[in-house]
Amino acid sequence: MKIPSSIATMLAGIALTLVSLWYGQNHGLLPVAASNEALLVDGLFNTMMTISIGLFLLVEGVLIIAILRFRRAKDDTTDGPDIDGNIPLEIVWTGIPAVIVLVIGVYSFDVYSQMGGFDPNAAGDPAVTQVAMTGEGDYAAPLMDGSNSHGGHHHMALGIGASPEKAGQMADLTVDVMGLQYAWIFTYPETGIISGELHVPQGKDVRLKLKAQDVIHAFWLPEFRLKQDAIPGRDSELRFTPTRAGDYPVICAELCGAYHGSMVTRMYVDTPEEFEAWKQQQIASRPDINEVIASLDRPRTDVDYLTPYADDMGLEPEMLRSLHESHAGAEVLTQSL
Amino acid sequence: MTQVDIPASVPAQPAHHAEAERKWTDFFTFNSDHKVIGIQYLVTSFVFYLIGGALATAIRTELATPPSDFVSPDFYNGMLTLHGTIMIFLWVVPAGAGLANYLIPLMIGAKDMAFPKINALAFWMIVAGGALLLSSFWLETPQSGWTSYPPLSLVSGKVGEGIWIFSLLILGTSSILGALNFVVTIIKMRVPSMGIYQMPLFCWSMLAAGLLILTGTPVLAGALILLAFDLLAGTAFFNPTGGGDPVVYQHMFWFYSHPAVYIMILPLFGAISEILPVHSRKPIFGYRAIAYSSMIISFLGLIVWAHHMFTSGTPAWLRMFFMIATMIIAVPTGIKVFGWLATIWGGKIQLNSAMLFALGFIATFVIGGITGVMIASVPFDIHVHDTYFIVAHIHYVLFGGSVFGIYAALYHWFPKMTGRMMNETWGRIHFGLTFVGMNLTFMPMHELGLLGMNRRVAMYDPRFADLNVLCTIGSYILAVSTVPFIVNALWSWFKGKPAGDNPWNALTLEWQTTSPPAIENFEGIPVLTTGPYDYGKNNEDLEASSTDTPVLSS
Repeated sequence: MKIPSSIATMLAGIALTLVSLWYGQNHGLLPVAASNEALLVDGLFNTMMTISIGLFLLVEGVLIIAILRFRRAKDDTTDGPDIDGNIPLEIVWTGIPAVIVLVIGVYSFDVYSQMGGFDPNAAGDPAVTQVAMTGEGDYAAPLMDGSNSHGGHHHMALGIGASPEKAGQMADLTVDVMGLQYAWIFTYPETGIISGELHVPQGKDVRLKLKAQDVIHAFWLPEFRLKQDAIPGRDSELRFTPTRAGDYPVICAELCGAYHGSMVTRMYVDTPEEFEAWKQQQIASRPDINEVIASLDRPRTDVDYLTPYADDMGLEPEMLRSLHESHAGAEVLTQSL
Repeated sequence: MTQVDIPASVPAQPAHHAEAERKWTDFFTFNSDHKVIGIQYLVTSFVFYLIGGALATAIRTELATPPSDFVSPDFYNGMLTLHGTIMIFLWVVPAGAGLANYLIPLMIGAKDMAFPKINALAFWMIVAGGALLLSSFWLETPQSGWTSYPPLSLVSGKVGEGIWIFSLLILGTSSILGALNFVVTIIKMRVPSMGIYQMPLFCWSMLAAGLLILTGTPVLAGALILLAFDLLAGTAFFNPTGGGDPVVYQHMFWFYSHPAVYIMILPLFGAISEILPVHSRKPIFGYRAIAYSSMIISFLGLIVWAHHMFTSGTPAWLRMFFMIATMIIAVPTGIKVFGWLATIWGGKIQLNSAMLFALGFIATFVIGGITGVMIASVPFDIHVHDTYFIVAHIHYVLFGGSVFGIYAALYHWFPKMTGRMMNETWGRIHFGLTFVGMNLTFMPMHELGLLGMNRRVAMYDPRFADLNVLCTIGSYILAVSTVPFIVNALWSWFKGKPAGDNPWNALTLEWQTTSPPAIENFEGIPVLTTGPYDYGKNNEDLEASSTDTPVLSS
């Protein structure tokens, strides 16, 4: 029995829609979602995957069917039908993509807004400030005191700010994050804790104030779907609520030099009790920040830089040593992961 | 059925005449014939493709294992910087310029380009710029990626960075000179009977690309000159240690470098629009829509640059504007893709090598296009920016799009350029290896990026090792895939089956002269009798009435 082409097209359309809907929800391509923000982004991604798979199957399907059905016979030298346009069809395939991108645009706008992208504090374009001058070809001097380092301009930051329901409220925890070749250094201004690993309490509103000391770095939390460049001379921030206890990678995503790939650390999402215990333990063993800064006031190598922080950051001596060894990337990686 | 009447009083020059006047040494001189320059561009850029490809294979070899154990991390960064720079500025852009040089005067019935000597100068600047860039292998490799963001580019070695900047200034100048030539030639030198809507679509796409080059490239040159001042004279335009702003560099850089994607792919959009109708024996579907979409893409391409900076120093309102502008590009691009599908639908498809690469172009480019809409979405881009998802996206656009398009064009126009056919069997083997290699190399990168692998790293988390092994195997297949093409092209150039003037029985003007064309292309001024894609139309009737006034259709 030959199925009429209109029915065959309809059946193909239904099958394509069902496959797209199923795959859009079951692709399993993303890592675990560990924050409220990540769930919002995942919902958006799933929607885009659904539409994308439908479009992909449509285009590839038409290509394959055309190749199978419309091959030229070996001795056929005649032309095909002279169809060179169809205005209603062209309007349809201009209109449908236009509507699709409009829908995705509005959805993206909504997600971005819910994540805190429109936090008024973050919306301004902050003035550029000069970072400390150093010798030629060397790195800028460290500016570890995050509270007063950038000349007192009042705009907050670029990045992701407070979500609309938390607008105007202080975050539960603020951490200053300094990116430098090839480490992240976290300072807790309320307690003076300095660490190479980030600890945050589960379920609390966390705000990270990002700065870079030497070159541009990008602070990326894959499980939180959050990323923001840390740019020398500019402030930026990320604000989020971790929902899932565990430890997650913190990755530098912007090329920052030869050992860019080794600029990796961990973020620990602790229960409030664990976080409190960690805080007390850090306060008990805190180094004097002034000594650390004073010791850095001269031209330095990567190793000189990192040595004072090695203990705090959990860096192994091998990692520091490997910064001078051209083939030591494996050790760097192994030690830092 | 032909597209033209060439005055019968002057016999067309036979092919051997052209051959007799052309010496192989012409290709190594400052020759101003657009056909020589076109082939010079194509061969030179292919040599650079092989160099860029060798670097890519070395990069993938390094990434076959998680630690940095094949080359030093410094050299790795040098390789990835040179890979990106060579592939963009010395392969895809010049290859498009080569096709345009060869084809535009032939397609519009002109004897040469508008400015033949500037044309030759533009080509030899490619050689000079390329040689300068390659000298960095012996002096010092640039370290900061093809984007060369300050402050990293200001602290990672003056010699390498200086070479990179001056090489790009030379290549950019060449590009501007070439574009000027294309635009003027297309607008001013068409045969009198060819209105703008009788132009082949390749000319439309080169017009769009040329305008984009003329608008964007000077801004890149500005950024590079300021960067050179920061690097060599100690100024602080972009250097934060002197109060400069590195984000300004990013704006200037991407104002050119996002349009560069369209500069690379628009010529190939045009080539695909030429190839599909010929080998499907059907008119292109929606000529005007495809022509206009090139111009719209050219315009929109200029106002989307900051989507490369969603995680950088861009305020929220700017992110939203650039998100919407970027997404809208999907509409004209979709018009092209659907137009191509409708062109082959119901046609009489001949699956030769040119057609296979053209269909492969659509099949893979559409994946890059779809992921392009995804990453235009700010919240999602924040997750995948600077990851292997982006590496996958850009390679689906620029390998699936540009490289497949260039191969399709080479197979299609090889008989015109050399007078000989390429071997089909080797062409199909070439296509099969390229298609499999390309998808195996770049498809797993989507997942790598989503999971958390950042780009431009020599060392990575061991949990990504398996997918990276797949990518590396794919890259080796891609490397091997060039061998059948090189052997086929060289062998066919000298020993291939004679092609005749119009082996595909195509309608556009370049096929109405000898293969290879005589030095001034046509004897006399051709007069159009049909549109460029009037396959299946009853052209005998049209030709009969075309003695004085051309009968044209679009």
